[in-house]
Amino acid sequence: MKEIIYYPGCTLKNTAKNFEDSAIACSEALDFKLHELKDWYCCGTVYSLTSDDLMHHIATVRNLLRVQEEGQARFTTLCSMCYNTIKRSSKRINENENDRETLNSFMDEEENNYEGKVDIIHYLQILRDEIGFDIIKEKVKKPLKNLKLAPYYGCLLLRPNEVAIDDPDSPSILEDLIAAMGAEVAYYPFKNECCGAYETVAEVDLVVERAHNIIGNAKRNNADAILVSCPLCAFNLDNRQKEVLEKYPDFEGIPVLYFTQALALALGLDPDVCRFDLNYQPVEDLVRGIKQ
Amino acid sequence: MKKMGLFICHCGTNIADTVDVEKLAKKFESYPGIVFSTNYKYMCSHPGQALIADAIKEHDLDGVIVAACSPTLHETTFRKLTRQSGVNPYQCEIANIREQCSWVHKDKEKATAKAEKIIQSIIEKVRLNEDLKPIEVDVTRKALVIGGGVAGIQAALDIADAGYPVLLVEKEPSIGGHMAQLSETFPTLDCSQCILTPKMVEATTHPNIELLAYSEVKSVDGYVGNFTVTIEEKATGINWDICTGCGQCSEVCPISVPSEFEKGLGNRPAIYTPFPQAVPNKPIIDLENCLKMKTGACGLCVRECEAGAINFNMEPTYREEEVGAIVVATGYELYPIMNLGEYGGGEIEDVIDGLAFERLLSSSGPTNGKIRRPSDGKLVKDIVFIQCAGSRDPEKHKPYCSRICCMYSTKQAMLYKHSVHDGQPYIFYIDIRSGGKGYEEFVERAQREDKVIYIRGKVSKLYRENRKVKIVGVDTIANKPIELEADLVVLAMAMVPTTGTEKLANVLKLQTDANGFLQEIHPKLRPLESTTAGFYLAGCSQSPKDIPDAVSQASGTAAKVVGLFSGEYLQLEPTIATVDEELCSGCGICISVCPYGAREMDIGEGIAKVNKALCVGCGACVAACPSGATDQKNFTDEQISSMARAILKGEKES
Repeated sequence: MKEIIYYPGCTLKNTAKNFEDSAIACSEALDFKLHELKDWYCCGTVYSLTSDDLMHHIATVRNLLRVQEEGQARFTTLCSMCYNTIKRSSKRINENENDRETLNSFMDEEENNYEGKVDIIHYLQILRDEIGFDIIKEKVKKPLKNLKLAPYYGCLLLRPNEVAIDDPDSPSILEDLIAAMGAEVAYYPFKNECCGAYETVAEVDLVVERAHNIIGNAKRNNADAILVSCPLCAFNLDNRQKEVLEKYPDFEGIPVLYFTQALALALGLDPDVCRFDLNYQPVEDLVRGIKQ
Repeated sequence: MKKMGLFICHCGTNIADTVDVEKLAKKFESYPGIVFSTNYKYMCSHPGQALIADAIKEHDLDGVIVAACSPTLHETTFRKLTRQSGVNPYQCEIANIREQCSWVHKDKEKATAKAEKIIQSIIEKVRLNEDLKPIEVDVTRKALVIGGGVAGIQAALDIADAGYPVLLVEKEPSIGGHMAQLSETFPTLDCSQCILTPKMVEATTHPNIELLAYSEVKSVDGYVGNFTVTIEEKATGINWDICTGCGQCSEVCPISVPSEFEKGLGNRPAIYTPFPQAVPNKPIIDLENCLKMKTGACGLCVRECEAGAINFNMEPTYREEEVGAIVVATGYELYPIMNLGEYGGGEIEDVIDGLAFERLLSSSGPTNGKIRRPSDGKLVKDIVFIQCAGSRDPEKHKPYCSRICCMYSTKQAMLYKHSVHDGQPYIFYIDIRSGGKGYEEFVERAQREDKVIYIRGKVSKLYRENRKVKIVGVDTIANKPIELEADLVVLAMAMVPTTGTEKLANVLKLQTDANGFLQEIHPKLRPLESTTAGFYLAGCSQSPKDIPDAVSQASGTAAKVVGLFSGEYLQLEPTIATVDEELCSGCGICISVCPYGAREMDIGEGIAKVNKALCVGCGACVAACPSGATDQKNFTDEQISSMARAILKGEKES
């Protein structure tokens, strides 16, 4: 069985445990073992855009160093935010020797210097590029027939261009996965709209408006559920449905699933690995629909 | 001993700001062989040239060194002057102290020292230059024009009218190019067909023009004035010599596939002429879609053809032609909508490109000029035009401005309004570029008379909703996001060189620029000539342009070709390779290194000779010759050594 180092990040151990558990179960079913990075740090959360920002990359670099110390040159992650922050930081630090030297001299308590050779890939890239959607299709035991799924990318997998895992303006990786799982792909032009991101903390109404638009577009295109890859998107599109309903009384909710939850169902794994109890919008009807 | 004059140019401040020209002129007064040394603000100007001419006469000079800009710019100018002053022009050389010195340096002292070395080396070269005469070769007074769009047609007609035979080669089954697809043309709104089709007819009836439609240039050999080209006449499946063009075959053909000419908005049979006014007005068979070719059944057209012109087994034929000059007018195509994911990537039926909309506007188009949307044929009541779709987008698409979109979108919005009086056209733009005669007034008229609404801003997304196209964008004047719904969206897609341009450029050995357009030799002063002698560029193969500019450029190339043909001989540079027959051992290494096929073995004498017409004097064989038998006129080994010594003089040995 192939193995790859896996970096969870904070949310995957908390509110997005449903993302982690389902992903780990899926990868094993696909003969691809995730091996959790020892002593991992915070990813840095947001890629710093200040001009004097070198210290903001230190959390990322410590993670890269941990991977290097395990003798590996790459690792994977699930959370889109972790992917984006680590990918951008690692690009900069790997390509810039001076920055690397400064950070290494700052981290003088570390036993080793970071050598600038570790790269991160997103879990979806493993599915597409290393396992392959053809193989996944073969391993699907319970094709998600009758289900029309809306692929939602948000921004972090696609922007900026140099860290995008797919074409930023017309991505297809989630669509291809949905097709491999035997479900129907919903026409979903709002797939790369902004979910409102951190505005959810202070500007709830802004996020409610975003969610109302993004979900409304999925509903109008007859989607049964929205698939996401980012815990923050999940929060804004799933949990915020509560506030959307308060503002728009005729609003009809829609389940929001991590793509790994849908994949676990398609692979015929025990639905318990999906931890649907952590999804805000009930998923039971959807799951029942697949069984029939 | 040679009496040489040195003339140092200031080039305004271009040279003089960085190189101490006064000091150098003074210093060289005492240089061995220099009998006159001076400097002047613009040596290429009339007084500058007069200064040189006077000095040649007064000091009886037999060598002239002009220290100025690159020889590619003014070598010809000063050599001509030298010749007129009674001195062999090959005794005049340029010391390039601008591009290779003043432009690339800042430190005046060091730049002056470098300029001194450059001048010294050129003086040493001239000291050993011999008098040379240009090589005279015959010219084949027949032109090849590649591409039968409006530019190619114009070039062919102008050359033919001057009395020279022209071969006009078009890869499509008809000439006319994109202009044949257009409805009306800005800023006068005259019908495109009405002004183009007479020219098409003239191109096919002109006694000096031979038209080869559905043909492609496969190879080119030779050199300016004497090219040999191979042209493939593709298999049309129909003997055009006996076909009457009656069109019965197309009537009975059961196949219906999207028409290229109608941009997929209409259909055509498998045996077809691209459009009713096609020239030549003869059909071809699309073998890929022909039922007979696919299944062996059918053959209705064969039964219908009274002339018996149909031949499914026709093979392409190849012919060789001798021509003296080649005009390349291969045109443009539109950047594919597929590449713009944010605009639906070609998935939304009611999002079309500008050329497709021309077909909707055209009275002979698939909807007979009624503006109906492709998805369901409904009359279009709201229409949005989006400028710069793929243009001016260096990060993801094309960095350049496609130049004609502001004007044609304005025209299209206007024509739409003339057709649908109660409809509303909107144009999203970055800025309106209406530089051209009558253009600004035209845009003004669209706003005032036809109530076209111009919205300054970019559109970020197009998507389908409620059987309409939803437009999400920004109005940067109101500084607000904007959403619209439309029946039809027309994208002014970037103009790119035609798909075959790169391949053809390889065949013709022409340079292309970073965007794939054919490269002219100088953007301002020699915009019609390719970097390879004998090739001329017309129309959009060189850069995006509108009809007036394409036609002007085409007429310009015709003038160039006629100029080339009008001389008794063609003069070629004599600074080429020579062989000392005593020393040549006939090893043949020179033949393998020559990129121009100019070295050939004389088997009888056992030595490698130089074809004077083909040799361009690149020096590859001179460097490669192991026995020192090959040398280059006025760039001999002896000259190179003395030039190197001049440069190294005063340098410490390390």
